[in-house]
Amino acid sequence: MMLESNDGVKFKAMLQGFWGLTSRELKKWMKEPLILFMAIIQPIIWMTLFGKSMNIGAILSTSTLNEINIPDIRIPGNLLNPQIDGVVTIPSFVLSENLRSIFPTISLKAMESTFGVSDYFSYLAVGMISMLTIFTSTFSSMSIVWDRRLGFLYKVLSTPVPRSAIVLSKVFNAALRSIFQSTIILGLAAILGIRFSSTFSLLNILAIYLAIFLFSMGISSLFLAFALRSTRHETQMAVVNLFNLPLMFTSNAFFPTRMMPEWLQGIASINPVSYITDALRQLTIYQTNYATLLIDFTYLTVFAILLTTVGIILSWKYLTK
Amino acid sequence: MNQDVIVVENLTKIFNGSLVAVDHVSFNVKRGEIFGLLGPNGAGKTTTINMLTTVLKPTEGRAFIMGYDVVKHASIVRRSIGVVPQEYTADEDLTGYENIILCGDLYGIPRDTSKKRAMELLELMELTRFKDKKVETYSGGMRRRLELACGLINRPKVLFLDEPTLGLDVQTRSAIWNYIKKLKEEYDMTILMTTHYMEEADNLCDKIAIIDHGKIVITGTPQELKNSIGSDIMEIIILEEDDVTNLINRIEYVKEVKKRSDRSYIVRLENGEIVAPLIIDNLSKKGYHVVKLSISKPTLDEVFLTYTGRAMRDSEEARETIMSQRITLRRARR
Ligand SMILES: Nc1ncnc2c1ncn2[C@@H]1O[C@H](COP(=O)(O)OP(=O)(O)O)[C@@H](O)[C@H]1O
Ligand SMILES: [Mg+2]
Repeated sequence: MMLESNDGVKFKAMLQGFWGLTSRELKKWMKEPLILFMAIIQPIIWMTLFGKSMNIGAILSTSTLNEINIPDIRIPGNLLNPQIDGVVTIPSFVLSENLRSIFPTISLKAMESTFGVSDYFSYLAVGMISMLTIFTSTFSSMSIVWDRRLGFLYKVLSTPVPRSAIVLSKVFNAALRSIFQSTIILGLAAILGIRFSSTFSLLNILAIYLAIFLFSMGISSLFLAFALRSTRHETQMAVVNLFNLPLMFTSNAFFPTRMMPEWLQGIASINPVSYITDALRQLTIYQTNYATLLIDFTYLTVFAILLTTVGIILSWKYLTK
Repeated sequence: MNQDVIVVENLTKIFNGSLVAVDHVSFNVKRGEIFGLLGPNGAGKTTTINMLTTVLKPTEGRAFIMGYDVVKHASIVRRSIGVVPQEYTADEDLTGYENIILCGDLYGIPRDTSKKRAMELLELMELTRFKDKKVETYSGGMRRRLELACGLINRPKVLFLDEPTLGLDVQTRSAIWNYIKKLKEEYDMTILMTTHYMEEADNLCDKIAIIDHGKIVITGTPQELKNSIGSDIMEIIILEEDDVTNLINRIEYVKEVKKRSDRSYIVRLENGEIVAPLIIDNLSKKGYHVVKLSISKPTLDEVFLTYTGRAMRDSEEARETIMSQRITLRRARR
């Protein structure tokens, strides 16, 4: 029989405090289905309206050819055969027939080399999971400002619960919420016709969850660190709104970074949003490239650990004045 | 053995480098005492409590709870205290029961223990019927009782009550007083409370410190404080029309006598109840009949006025402002 050490008891108590705070957040969330609805409605609108309407694949379609007046081609006959004198005329319909037959292939190749998949909807749908996770994680920092304003935080601070648990519970909550919401978005995307690659399997979903968890941990820790001392929710709201969209636009969420100007590519290459989005695409719509996936996950893990540590250290420092 | 459960030495808090909210405050609280910090709004009561409950770091000075320094041994202190803050701090989206269990979790109390205690506390606070209702539906009195229940979940040895009856109507206030008295007997706690209601301090507290502008102006039992500013006031009416001023004045303990009207006298004296029979005796020996005798005690209002030069009433308006702000804030969240 093992006697539980004093440290063991303490650790259990700490875990319980952490779990109590996390389940508080989850309960609040579950009691208000409207919050869930409001959170996922925006990415759904983007995905269905923007993703479906931006039918980029159709830009290079055969119907485009009908609108182009293709001239006959005249070439000197001796280019084809030294015996032929004069000019050879290739009639335009031959050219147009030929183009017509290879055009879909060109279009497909262009889409694939740009987006990695043949349809923009699939590309964007995955980007929307990133967007939802960013929004959920950044907004979770608002709740600590409310806790401060409504006095809840003061009561918590007078209890022995570790200060880090206060921050970690919110980080955890954001991550769990993001995972849940992503499942909905992914399911909806499947109904709307997202094209999973042949390497996609249900097991990939676990890896997807892990990626979302890590990313959400990092982002929510970052924004909670901003919010630790904030007493005005307007200020925090401004911070959140200031960063949300730029984070999206300087990543591959909407468009491949390869096509961006160089300075933007530089930002995108350190933007964690690029890594989560790529990881998610590797796991769903791309033929998985394991080397790339490994880089993505390494980046996300370092990002998560680094920022969560910063969040915890700042919580020790700033939660007691 | 040291009987002082709370020891405060020169505790000082300066906000933003210049606002001195608490100014070298010192006092001791003995085991089992109800100690009251009495003072108007902005006097520094909440700031003092926040430092004692480890939420704020003192700028200067030290404080010990059960022998543990509130800064150096903050986590030990946190484990042995219960706090009922001035604000309603329960989570409005959760039920009363969920809130109490959450408090239990924060203290690391095993769930089966905290569930049992939660039911006991809900019963004690007469909230059992409402335990599964969201706190947003609670009245002010119910919220305050819920806060009390939360503050007691860890069976604290020292309980801090910050304005436990702030903003409640008279009936609810006296109900809360009864709970506090009951609690003290049931759990054998030392209680430090703040209030700006005179009668509350007078009724509940074994000892009072009057605090104003961050400084303690005087400490003592309510009786000591009242005695310190002087004496009881006795009004005597006799049947006869003769002037008995000198007769009364000669009686021991009597400080001053004034004839108010034909048959009525105002007497200032110490310990009026004890001296009253003596006065009646003396008068009847000389053939006078006392038809009415009433004694009024000096109130803490007068004590406050004497020591601070202001009446507590001046701060009532500020309280209204705070209450209305609190309500606005709650609305703003929806
Ligand atoms: N966090 C804070 N920052 C700056 N000033 C504060 C803070 N908390 C309280 N004060 C100021 O300290 C003084 C004492 O406040 P407080 O302790 O709340 O008084 P009381 O509880 O007696 O009404 C007030 O002037 C108040 O404005
Ligand atoms: Mg106060």
